[in-house]
Amino acid sequence: MSITLRNISKSYGPAKALNDISFNVEQGELFGLIGPDGAGKTTLFRILTTLLIQEEGEATVAGYDVITDYKAIRNHVGYMPGKFSLYQDLTVEENLNFFATIFDTTIDENYDLIKDIYVQIEPFKNRKAGKLSGGMKQKLALSCALIHKPKVLFLDEPTTGVDPVSRKEFWEMLKRLQQKNITILVSTPYMDEAELCDRIALITDGQILEINTPHSIIDAFPKKIYNVRASETYRLIQDLESYPNTHSAYPFGEYVHFTSRHSNFSPEDLMTFLKGKQHTGIEIFETIPTIEDTFMELSNTNTLATNA
Amino acid sequence: MHKDHAIHVENLTKMFGDFTAVNNISFQVDKGEVFGFLGANGAGKTTAIKMLIGISRPTSGKANVAGYDVKSETEMVKKSIGYMSQKFSLYNDLTIKENITFFGGIYGLKKSVIKEKTQRLIDELGLNEVADKPVSSLPLGWKQKVAFSVSLLHDPKIIFLDEPTGGVDPITRRQFWNMIYREAHKGKTIFVTTHYMDEAEYCDRVSIMVEGKIEALDTPKNLKAQYKVDSMNKVFLKLARNIE
Repeated sequence: MSITLRNISKSYGPAKALNDISFNVEQGELFGLIGPDGAGKTTLFRILTTLLIQEEGEATVAGYDVITDYKAIRNHVGYMPGKFSLYQDLTVEENLNFFATIFDTTIDENYDLIKDIYVQIEPFKNRKAGKLSGGMKQKLALSCALIHKPKVLFLDEPTTGVDPVSRKEFWEMLKRLQQKNITILVSTPYMDEAELCDRIALITDGQILEINTPHSIIDAFPKKIYNVRASETYRLIQDLESYPNTHSAYPFGEYVHFTSRHSNFSPEDLMTFLKGKQHTGIEIFETIPTIEDTFMELSNTNTLATNA
Repeated sequence: MHKDHAIHVENLTKMFGDFTAVNNISFQVDKGEVFGFLGANGAGKTTAIKMLIGISRPTSGKANVAGYDVKSETEMVKKSIGYMSQKFSLYNDLTIKENITFFGGIYGLKKSVIKEKTQRLIDELGLNEVADKPVSSLPLGWKQKVAFSVSLLHDPKIIFLDEPTGGVDPITRRQFWNMIYREAHKGKTIFVTTHYMDEAEYCDRVSIMVEGKIEALDTPKNLKAQYKVDSMNKVFLKLARNIE
């Protein structure tokens, strides 16, 4: 096991940031921590990178205990925090050199590992880090987190606020790193990225909702899910909310994902209902659930969600 | 300018030194439209928005927002619009009520109006229980809902939302879009940026900016047909990839 967590809890005053978290990550696995802002992802990262001490439970990284062997862990992990934390007034090259030096290595020694990523920012190696674009900062931060050839890589929301193109490129980089047998724990609020991980943990309000492969999580979705469309989306959502059979109705791109309270639901009944409400261009057909559907279904019961 | 246009932009350009951040863009947004303003990081979206809300002066070109010229009638533009930035912009150490009262005052509303609006807003958002707690204690999604409501306090005609849902949980994200739809339904014009491509599908029309220019502008349906793909994500990837 590359990472183990047993019954980890941590509070900030009265707020429980992590509540009895347990899971393992295997050597070479790309493991995703999927959850919104405030779910406890960063707290978990800080405990595993020995920057914060848990109140309860035990955790190991690369075989070392996070409390008693914290110095060994720091030599063997790379950490890219959510907030850009390189030296803004050092150049690209100076930053990379700095991180290589404090880990007692050189850029040349491990250049192989970062080459793919670093070549993209090398043309700007004399530019100050503070003057880089978001995408370039992210590549530099990843290079710096890798320069000492870590066994485990922690990436805290590396793609938040990043456009879909750069996000896709970033995930392609992660897949290549994984092939070099680096264990990667990555967090993201983007549910579509979950499907790119080997396994994921869905986390909200300091609790794990589910841990499994993306495929198994989707397969375990308890209900049939329907795509519903009509000419007036806003009115459609409102009417679906008043439909007596509705269990959930959430907009998903050009459709609304609908689930029924009843297992013997018939789409014809919904069709009749919507026609009665003078909707036009109605389409109803069964579709495949996504990780986001599962996340909403599972978190629906334990959030303070109200209707805005 | 056509009287049904909430926003009318002609050959708008912004240069920083010899770098052209926004390169000769032209488009119109209709009244009551939900307009998605998409683009990769660094494509020039924020610079364009800053010109439209009157806090950055165009190098050349024209923009008319809510009937006012952004260059010569800047203050009238600011009074006619609401703006919510991607960076949370309420005061974390003030309570929800205090924030609403504060911004009501900034917008020059009368005390009696502020009082009434504050209560109505808190009721609508279902925030009565936490109204006297500091904003910092709220989950991000709720903060964003409050920030959106605050941007509506002075009854603006157009609301600019710059990545309002980044990092917000999926349920709250949808509730947020319900609020957007509701305002559009009341006739408000919504100008919104997002990196969630499913949200792009919720817009009436979408523009995609690539390296300072608007490369595509149409309904999500037409864009998907034009690029022969089944999602806005694929449209986006096709357009933004092609430049590399």
